[in-house]
Amino acid sequence: MHRKIAAAVLLAALAGGALAQEKVLRVVPHSNLSILDPIWTTQFMARNHGYMIYDTLFGTDEKNRVQPQMVDTWTVSPDQRLWTFKLRDGLEFHDGKPVTGEDVAASIARWGKRDAMGQKLMTFVERMDSPDAKTFRIFLREACGIMLEALGKPSSNVPFIMTKRVADTPADKQIEEHIGSGPYIFVRDQFKPGDKAVYVKNAKYKPRKEAPSGTAGGKHVYVDRVEWNLALRDGQAQVNALAKGEIDVLERPAFESYEQLRKAPGVVLVTKDPLGFQYMGRFNHLHPPFNNPKIRQAAIAAMQQEPFLRAQVGIKEFYKPCASMYTCGTPYGSAKGSDIQSKSSMRKAQELLKASGYDGTPVVILKPTDLAAIQKLPDVAAQLLRQAGFKVDLQAMDWNTVVSRRSKKEPPAQGGWNIFLTAWLAPDVWNPLTNAALGAAGEKSWFGWPTDEQIEKLRDQFARETDAAKKKALAEAIQVRAFEVGTHAPLGEYVNPYAVRKNISGLVIGSGDTYWNVKKN
Amino acid sequence: MYTFIARRLLATIPVLLVVAVLVFLMLRLTPGDPAAILAGDAASGEQIAAIRASLGLDRPLPVQFAIWAGNLLQGDFGSSYFYKTQVAQLIAQRIEPTLALATLTILIAVIVSIPLGVIAAWRFGGWFDRALMGFSVLGFSVPVFVLAYLLIWIVSLQLGWFPVQGYRRLADGFWPFLHHLILPAITLSVIYIALIARVTRAAVLEALGEDYIRTARAKGLPEARVLVRHALANAAVPIATVIGIGIALLIGGVVVTESVYAIPGLGRLTVDAVLARDFPTVQAVILLFSFAYVLVNLLVDLSYVVFDPRIRY
Repeated sequence: MHRKIAAAVLLAALAGGALAQEKVLRVVPHSNLSILDPIWTTQFMARNHGYMIYDTLFGTDEKNRVQPQMVDTWTVSPDQRLWTFKLRDGLEFHDGKPVTGEDVAASIARWGKRDAMGQKLMTFVERMDSPDAKTFRIFLREACGIMLEALGKPSSNVPFIMTKRVADTPADKQIEEHIGSGPYIFVRDQFKPGDKAVYVKNAKYKPRKEAPSGTAGGKHVYVDRVEWNLALRDGQAQVNALAKGEIDVLERPAFESYEQLRKAPGVVLVTKDPLGFQYMGRFNHLHPPFNNPKIRQAAIAAMQQEPFLRAQVGIKEFYKPCASMYTCGTPYGSAKGSDIQSKSSMRKAQELLKASGYDGTPVVILKPTDLAAIQKLPDVAAQLLRQAGFKVDLQAMDWNTVVSRRSKKEPPAQGGWNIFLTAWLAPDVWNPLTNAALGAAGEKSWFGWPTDEQIEKLRDQFARETDAAKKKALAEAIQVRAFEVGTHAPLGEYVNPYAVRKNISGLVIGSGDTYWNVKKN
Repeated sequence: MYTFIARRLLATIPVLLVVAVLVFLMLRLTPGDPAAILAGDAASGEQIAAIRASLGLDRPLPVQFAIWAGNLLQGDFGSSYFYKTQVAQLIAQRIEPTLALATLTILIAVIVSIPLGVIAAWRFGGWFDRALMGFSVLGFSVPVFVLAYLLIWIVSLQLGWFPVQGYRRLADGFWPFLHHLILPAITLSVIYIALIARVTRAAVLEALGEDYIRTARAKGLPEARVLVRHALANAAVPIATVIGIGIALLIGGVVVTESVYAIPGLGRLTVDAVLARDFPTVQAVILLFSFAYVLVNLLVDLSYVVFDPRIRY
């Protein structure tokens, strides 16, 4: 097996010409690549690695519409309980074996055990089968309205299609083989953790005919090799390397770097992902003071978005307030129910806090000091909450301590917390099921653990509903309720453009960091 | 002599044992859960708990320590939580850049600083001496990263002589290797040049006041021979000591330099492992550093015999 992969890598290298003439795209990703299983973890770098080497059944285009990718055609039975998918011709794994329905069924089953939306989908699934090599079927217990959204979801965990023998790996164990059917082949031998990851063009990949858009459309490869520089993580060194032409693409530079990058000769900024990210302040619903919804509402009223965006992003054209808990500009984006925040003021927040019975319990805010993209948010939150009348305990730590600490359910005085702040990629929050902060099933929910039966009921209805207009109404109802109970505070949206050399073109617009269609002149 | 070496090597065992226990406990007491980091942002509490169990982090501390120590005795450093790779393999991948950087740094520092120190002592009180003392204060005071950015801006971005980042292995050719390494090595060597030059100056100055120097000059020996064969040779012991200390301090220095110049060495690995709470990697790297530290000290002690025949072990 390894020989076959090695032969494929060699063939790909030969097809690209001699090493000296290779077109190498040198990329500095936004973070380090450590885990190579995009189903086992939700880390974005694992997802991006997945997009390099795996393909997906469906993709999401830049207008957020789900489009077929590996799937050629599909049909739904009149009772919407049987979905039959036909794979398109020419799909082949890197080891030369064709992609079959069995591979797909095994991959979906493993993904369905890890991903939140996949788990929801699996509650409807009775069984899956593959009547012939190019067909697979999903039998549902009852109709559901999230099939295509789930299979085409563009962000973690993405339902990547793996070979059956790899996909049969238990979901709680990481995979050992990294063979996909995607546009690039991962060169395992050249992967040096913390140093570089190398991908070569999959010469046998057959792209779709449609134009590339988001994670959908034709995945054409115009370079022989993509190298991720995992060692270059100092912000200033990244800017220097790009200015000198030692690298081609710099994903999401620090906001402080843009002024220098704009002046650097040979460098241009590309907003690859116009939907960008949404900032969020999350309350811990288990402990005082935020186990009281009135106090959460007072906090949301105090946490006006503009100060966060101004302090953290600082570049006017890169940010915008967004009253919605879903990504603004996407189908469920809506201002409904947001008056408590969007039409509030500090005076209103002070009045709400006074009326809430707040007893002066200190609010422990976790402040990461080493994550440039969010490190100023906690300071702003602390200041606004103090102005509203809260007593605040701002605790500084590295991001990985925040990640560990937020999972603690103990009271703040025993190592727990009251608020942490984070950022989400647009697709992660653009509907009620992908948006982890809207889960309200108590201690089974995402960190913060809100409990609200009404939200859970509405989310369940959303998953079952197949009519688009009704789904939108349900999404709005969920948001209205979420503001009422104060699940979290949305803190506005921003984009983080790439900085690339002028000879680089073709970066596909859409969510995620993908490198097909990129040309290097 | 051989008994001394054997005794010193045996003494490393309790040192490493104490280091092992301390590192193990300190890492476990530091806030931070590798399982939560591994799971990613959207992971549920159940997923994190499952990962914690799979890593064995849900077991009592003494059990975790016993397993780790047992494996260590069999030469097994364990597997990195993050990279799913043997820690020994990770270290093997990263040791070449760090060794290369450290060696070139010390080489530059020694070649530059000793002559400077000797000349400054010879011209004590003159402009050269004062300039060197001024430089050494500056060399101590300027943080490595500031110097690195400054050098990158001038030498790489303005003059275009060297790349701003990256590392090429020796196997890729000697020139690419040296071309990528020289700027980081110069950056890192400045502080050691300042340190060694200052100590050399003081030691040679002291030697120059001795009777045997006056005798050598009275015999009509050339001044260069007086300085090198008589003054410098007799000042060698403190200089060797400070070079030894310098090598040990390099362990800290390479972390910053490797970060700024994107060199995938042990320093960078240590920082990543600490931030990610990759316990097996941190434990192994610190044990390795401790062993290196002890070994360097031993070599320095042995060098005394060469420089001063009166010393016997």
